[in-house]
Formats: sequence, C-alpha cells, structure tokens
Amino acid sequence: MAGAPLAEQPSSLRAWLLSAEPNSRWQARLGRFYLGWRAFTRNPLAVVGLSVVVLLVLVAIFADVIAPYSPVAGGDLRTQRLLPPSATFWLGTDDQARDIFSRIIYGSRITLFVIVLVALIATPIGLLVGTVSGYLGGWVDTVLMRTTDIFLAFPRLILALAFVAALGPGIENAVIAIAITSWPPYARIARAETLMIRNSDFIAAVKLQGASTPRIILGHVVPLCLSSLIVRVTLDMAGIILTAAGLGFLGLGAQPPTPEWGAMVATGRNYLIDQWWVAAMPGIAIFVVSLGFNLLGDGLRDVLDPKAAK
Amino acid sequence: MNGGGGHGSALRSFLKKLAQFVIVLMTTLLGLVAVTFFIGRVVPIDPVIAIVGDRAPAHVYERVRTELGLDRPLIEQFVIYVKKAATGDFGNSVLTTNPVMTDIANVFPATLELATLGTLIGVIIGIPLGVLAAVKRGTLIDQFVRVLGLVGYSVPIFWLGLMGLLLFYAKLGWVAGPGRIDVTYSYLYTPFTGIVLLDTAMQGQWDAFWDAVSHVILPACLLGYFSLAYISRMTRSFMLNELAQEYVIAARVKGLSEMRVIWRHALRNAAVPLITVIALSYANLLEGSVLTETVFAWPGLGQYITNSLQNADMNAVLGGTLVIGAVFVLLNLVSDLLYRLLDPRTR
Repeated sequence: MAGAPLAEQPSSLRAWLLSAEPNSRWQARLGRFYLGWRAFTRNPLAVVGLSVVVLLVLVAIFADVIAPYSPVAGGDLRTQRLLPPSATFWLGTDDQARDIFSRIIYGSRITLFVIVLVALIATPIGLLVGTVSGYLGGWVDTVLMRTTDIFLAFPRLILALAFVAALGPGIENAVIAIAITSWPPYARIARAETLMIRNSDFIAAVKLQGASTPRIILGHVVPLCLSSLIVRVTLDMAGIILTAAGLGFLGLGAQPPTPEWGAMVATGRNYLIDQWWVAAMPGIAIFVVSLGFNLLGDGLRDVLDPKAAK
Repeated sequence: MNGGGGHGSALRSFLKKLAQFVIVLMTTLLGLVAVTFFIGRVVPIDPVIAIVGDRAPAHVYERVRTELGLDRPLIEQFVIYVKKAATGDFGNSVLTTNPVMTDIANVFPATLELATLGTLIGVIIGIPLGVLAAVKRGTLIDQFVRVLGLVGYSVPIFWLGLMGLLLFYAKLGWVAGPGRIDVTYSYLYTPFTGIVLLDTAMQGQWDAFWDAVSHVILPACLLGYFSLAYISRMTRSFMLNELAQEYVIAARVKGLSEMRVIWRHALRNAAVPLITVIALSYANLLEGSVLTETVFAWPGLGQYITNSLQNADMNAVLGGTLVIGAVFVLLNLVSDLLYRLLDPRTR
C-alpha cells in the first residue's frame, strides 16, 4: 500500500509524506520526520552542527584511510621532533616525532567512543529513575529524587575526578565516571515529563485495560519522554567531551600513547612557548567538535521541543 | 497573604521553610558523605599499603589496618566516618602529613580569590551585555552575545588558559606567568587572610600588590569569561521575559524614559532570578578552578586535589571533594533562600 507512491517523482513523494490522511503508521512517522527535518534545515547553524558531527563519525570510521602516518609510532627522533606545520606534517609533529594531524584523526575514535558509551549508559539510567520516580510517586519518588539531588550536588568534574581516583586512570574508567555523573539531570527531566503524562486520559485507559505498571512505564511513558531527553543528551555531549578532555588533560583519562585530545594538550603544555602547535591543534579539535554538538543540540531543541525555544 | 495576621504568618511560614531547608541540607550533606565514603571503599588502592608501602611485614600491615579501623564492619566504619566528617576531620594527608582540613584551610583562600574575581568580572560585564542583547534583540550585539555564549560552552577551559598564557605572557609579555606572586615579593608581606591581594594591600606593599595583580589577572579573566558567557545569556532571556510584561508598557505609557524603563523597572524584576544564576556560576567557577589552577600553577583547592590524586592520597581527594560539594550545596540553598526572600510571589 505504502510502497507504490514511493517510486514516483520527488514532488509526489513530498505529497505522500505530507498527506493529511496517512495510510499507515509508517507513513505518518516518516511524514512527521520529514516535517521535523524541514524545520531543522531552515536553521543554517544547526546544519553546520550536524555536518561537524557527521564529519566526526566519518573521520572516526575512515581514520586508517585518512591519516597519513601512524598515531602511535613516531618518526626519526633526531630530525622529525617538534617540527612546525608544513606540507609533509600538516599540523606539525610532537615530542615523539609523531604526526599531530594523524593523532587528531585517530583521536576522533576515542572521542566518539566516550560519547557513545556515556550516552548508552547514562540515558537509560536517567530515564528509568525519572519515569519510575514520577509514575509511582510517594516514598519511591522521595528516595530516588533525593539520591538524584545528592549526585547533582557535586560539581561534575570533581565527582568524576574522585571516581577515577578510586577506579584508577584509564579511558573505560573515565567513561564510567562521566556516566555516573551525567544521569541525574536526565532523571529530573524524565520525571517532570512523566508527571505531566501520568494523569492523562490515555494512561487511565491503558490502566483500565489491565496493563501492568512496568508495561505502562516502558511502553507508554518512556517513549513520550524520549524526545526531550534526546535534546538534553545532545546538548550535554559538548559537556561530556569537555569533561573527558579535562580528565585526559589531568592524566586521568586515556593513557599514553593513546591519541586522546585532552592528553595531547597536556603534552603540548611542556612545549607551549616555543612549539605552540603541539598544544594548540588538539585543543582546536576539541573546540570544533563540542561547538558542533552545541549547534546541533540547539537546532534539535527548536524542532523537537518548541516550548523550550525562546 | 496580606490580610489578617500578615507579618506574623509570613514569618512563621518563612521559619517553616527554613526548617525544611535545614532538613534538606542535612540529608544532602549526609548523602555527600555517603558517596565519598563509598568511593573511598571501592578504591583499589589499599590505604594501608599507601602508608606502609608494599614491602612492610605482615604484623606492621595488620597494626596499621587496625589503627585505621579497616578491620571493623562497613556500617561501623561509615558511622565513624560521618562522625569525623561532621567535625571536619578527614584524616591526615599522606602527602603532606597534615590533617586534610588544615591543608584545605590553607589552600582554599587562593581558590576563593580566583572564583570571586571571576564572578565579579562575569557580573560587571555579563549583566549589561545581556540587557543590551535583550533590548536590541536580533541586532549585531545580540548575535555577539550568542556567539560569546556558544564559544563559552564549547571551548576547553584548560586549552583557552594555555593559549592565553602563550599570547599574553610569552608573546606579548603583558601579564606575569604561572603562580600567585613572584618569589622576590613573597616574603615582603605576612600571609594573614590568605588572599594575596588583600594581604599586600592592607600592609601597604604596593609593589607586591601590583605583582600579584599581574599574576591573577589572566586566570581571573579566563574564569570571568566563562562566568560572563553564562550570566549574559541568562540575563538576556530574563530581560526578554520582563520586557514583554504589561507593567513595562504601563511605564512607557506613563512617559518614563527608555533608560528608566529598562534599567530601573525591568532589570529590577529580572534581578531576582539572576541571583540564582550568579550563585550557580560562582559554584561552577569553583569547579572550573580545578583545571585552571593546574594550568596556572595556582596553589588552590583544585591543584591540591589533582596533586593528591596523582599521589593516590585518597583522604585528601575525598576531603577536597566533600568540601567542594558542601560549598556547592550551601550556595544553592542560599540562593534559593534569597530568591524566596526577595520575590514576594513565592511567599
């Protein structure tokens, strides 16, 4: 039913997407998505943000192809140490005679690894705590929200520092520490959304049909909380990148010789005055990527959560 | 609320709120202690080995273990930990051998000095900038504030600090390098408050004072930038909200000058939520100081924590974490209380 019109030319594809009477759930969903996409692309900065993020993913995937040199093995220590940017070494070389450009390219993998894992760990925790707390109310709500508040009371970097101190330095532990410090705001948002949803008529209807509490929470409350949560997580990505880079800078994140951007800036610190590019280049990479996520998050917020947009 | 008992009932409800705040404060602080205790227990670094070294004979190891109370049940350890934390006793630092609290008292003024200056810069520049952006919405200045905010949210603070050092210290020579004061001046005054700017000024050591200024200016501006990025963005959105209110139209109809409408009427109403924002940004600067202090070799709490971290000195790390957490909680509560006091609608 839905397949036939797809084959025709784009203008009728648009008509099909924007149809006021969709024939299937899929058509309705694709139509909503298309409308959101149109609203999103009207904001040029958001598109720039999206491009940066897509670029990050592509660079991470094709790092082997793009990087001209090895990120770990250096060149000749006598002649290729701390060279300024040139045609051979686009962004110069560091103290181990390694090509900084190649290291930044490979570093994108670590950044992506951190972001994806933190999002995969922290979002479900926050979502579950928030929806359960909001839906059940009562003492469960009190206990869960007080716990959330306690975690919110610590500044993020400090708590992550303490956790990494306990777990030992390393990229996996940094991810765990950042995830532990990231979920509380998500729980808050999910709870606020749940409070609005729980008294609506359709929840009452589902309840009358005999749905169990887990089913209501997982099947009906959680999907409705997702969109505002996605916006928040995207806006948080920049913060996650900066926290990870900060941990790396302090020597608590990825360990050498892993090309983590924050740790690279820390190395460059020793050569700051005469070989500025060693510290400057990885920092620019951190800045560009987190700026991209901020722009993307702003754009997504305007599309998915019009209430919050000013 | 204005009728009948008026003042008395308002006072009573305020006291009730205060009692609630105290309870919330206590449970949150207890939670903070519980979290740090937990972190201290899951730590794979054995605190006994950290003290006696890994070659100590078994009986020495056992004795120290008993002395530290590590042979008792976890619950009992926790109760002892809470009792000690309540009196400000976090044990001794392995690194400096001083009580952790003494160490923290020594380094905290340096952090306070930096965070206060940063917040001052943020308030003095950020608020007018935010007001201007709201009044001239959509113009160049509005875009400027937006970009300022975006960059502030995206740039790694430690990198910006390094680049600042590179430009203003190494290349231009406008400011002094890392540290708080030059060694030459460091014996010219007696540390009294621990805040170098105050100490030198009070003792009339103006050369030392100006040297301290040239040391503090770059890190303070750095923190100030992050503070002003946040404050200006929030000021803008509060002002937009106020400028759309009817009382603003009424004030304009009355024939008040635009200056008066904006700065006296609208800003006054926006000022109440701004207090919360300023308190939050102050708290955030305490956090930002961890990285900034590392970059600028600033002997504050942040550097103390990172130094202790690198030496596996867990007492010091957890003590510092707890102190920062407690300051964070207190600042939040104070701003909340102020908000309720200043905004009659919340009574």
